[in-house]
Amino acid sequence: MGKKVLMKGNEVIAEAAIRAGCTHYFGYPITPQSDIAHYMAKQLPLVGGTFVQAESEVAAINMLYGASGAGARCMTSSSSPGISLKQEGISYMACAELPAVIVNIVRCGPGLGGILPAQGDYFQAVKGGGHGDYKMVVLAPANLQELYELTVEAFNIADKYRTLVMIMGDGNLGQMMEPVQFKDQEDIYKDEKAWATVGTGMKRKHNTITSIYIEPEVLEAHNNKLQKKYALIAEKEVRVEEFNTENADIIVTAYGTVARIVKNVIKLAKKDNINVGLIRPITLWPFPSEAYVKCAEYAKAFLSVELSAGQMVEDVRLAVNGKKPVYFHGRTGGMIPTEKEIYDKIKEILEKLGG
Amino acid sequence: MAVVFDRPHALVDVSMHYCPGCTHGIVHRLVAEVIDELNIEGTTIGVSPVGCAYNNYLYFNCDMQQAAHGRAPAVATGVKRVHPDKVVFTYQGDGDLAAIGTAEIVHAAARGEKITTVFINNAIYGMTSGQMAPTTLVGQVTTTSPYGRKPEIQGYPIRVCEMLSTLTGAAFVERVSVHDIKNIRNAKKAIKKAFQVQQKGYGFSIVEVLSTCPTNWGINPVDAMKWVQDKMIPYYPLGNFKGADLEV
Repeated sequence: MGKKVLMKGNEVIAEAAIRAGCTHYFGYPITPQSDIAHYMAKQLPLVGGTFVQAESEVAAINMLYGASGAGARCMTSSSSPGISLKQEGISYMACAELPAVIVNIVRCGPGLGGILPAQGDYFQAVKGGGHGDYKMVVLAPANLQELYELTVEAFNIADKYRTLVMIMGDGNLGQMMEPVQFKDQEDIYKDEKAWATVGTGMKRKHNTITSIYIEPEVLEAHNNKLQKKYALIAEKEVRVEEFNTENADIIVTAYGTVARIVKNVIKLAKKDNINVGLIRPITLWPFPSEAYVKCAEYAKAFLSVELSAGQMVEDVRLAVNGKKPVYFHGRTGGMIPTEKEIYDKIKEILEKLGG
Repeated sequence: MAVVFDRPHALVDVSMHYCPGCTHGIVHRLVAEVIDELNIEGTTIGVSPVGCAYNNYLYFNCDMQQAAHGRAPAVATGVKRVHPDKVVFTYQGDGDLAAIGTAEIVHAAARGEKITTVFINNAIYGMTSGQMAPTTLVGQVTTTSPYGRKPEIQGYPIRVCEMLSTLTGAAFVERVSVHDIKNIRNAKKAIKKAFQVQQKGYGFSIVEVLSTCPTNWGINPVDAMKWVQDKMIPYYPLGNFKGADLEV
């Protein structure tokens, strides 16, 4: 076993990325994720990598486009307003099928908003914040051990499918400290990337990286190819944690650090003989709909708890498809729901449903 | 029989889509000749812009990436930082480089990115049908300055070479034209030197090429060449702004 280290979430991401073979990082300062850039600026040159502080998030995402197209394992990170600026590049990279990892340590919005934790970027991440029909894999870790493991996995998924992978954490996850058990060696998916622009060496036809297809038949065929890939990812890459869902009267669903609060609520409820289950999506896209379909057979209701005004709840409703009522409880502005207020909401719902 | 004129190897054998009298084709050929002469086709990665030259990744035989509007210098930065031993160039028009991509070109130059930019200044947006560009001359009629560019309303055209040459990271800055044979020859010399400056690792290099757009200027190709001579060069003086003395 490798070292067990007490680390800050943002630094865990940076360390995990380097361990995963990320050689190039492009970023622009924004709270609460700047520690990622600090760590990369210090550590990447020591392992032969390259850190570039871009002039904007727009430039950073386009540097990522160039580096990924040139065959490198690469990453950028930002927080909500900065991720909005990256949407142009995200759409282009999705179309050009460029693999890379994008970190969003979400802060509260809209607008410049605030710097405290939030989950208000769910729609932007899973529905496509940029233009056109595209998807990216969105991973939502709940603790720093998982953050480490999923960051390494993010690079593998990206290369395997030639896709973008977003790691979505909230400000809590980026700023908290927890022990992380590192492995001696990471499992790295290796791909030759024969499509990359590395110079022809006068040995092959020139490679081109592009996102423009002027002919409608060609563009539709390209879209169909992308959709086929997304369907494959949806089939293979769903990750979800189910906690105490068997025979649960009510299923609470939450992702990221909010799910940890819900686990405490489940303990509280148990004392009162109320059986509460948790579905914690680990992949926000692809969404773990099957878990909800299964629980809808026996649970009386669902409750989505989010640091938003109600975003993931829409996917929960799509999955439950009217079989059972779906409720919502959310806080915004950087406010975090307490165990008590979640539990009160559960009791209120059960009372409404006749206990 | 000796071959005295042939297609450069670095140009793909396809018909280009440019309008009659447009000088993009000439500049493409010059870039390709330079790539051939420096024997760098296999080690060069180019970045295409958004604008009339959006699909010139189809025309160059080297590896190519197509960038979002104005972002070519950022994309090229990403490529070059992954392959510092390769030659990386961007090919950009005036809307792409001097309007939407102003931040990217300025900061690529400021960082001294070892890339080469071929900058086409034809004083108009070509692809989107003749709108005012940041380089549109005072008084020039375009579809978005239908009464002529008025400084009190639309401000003044940007002299990119003069601006970039103030940056320490910019090693080689030169403005050329392709409106006649003599100038085409000078243009090629400048483009070649810009690539060599990159190879030597001096820093960022750019060649601004005064070009024509007969279609959107609404004049014939011969008059367009004359318009470059009579109208553009007085505002955009030709010559080297930086790096003429660099040994390559």
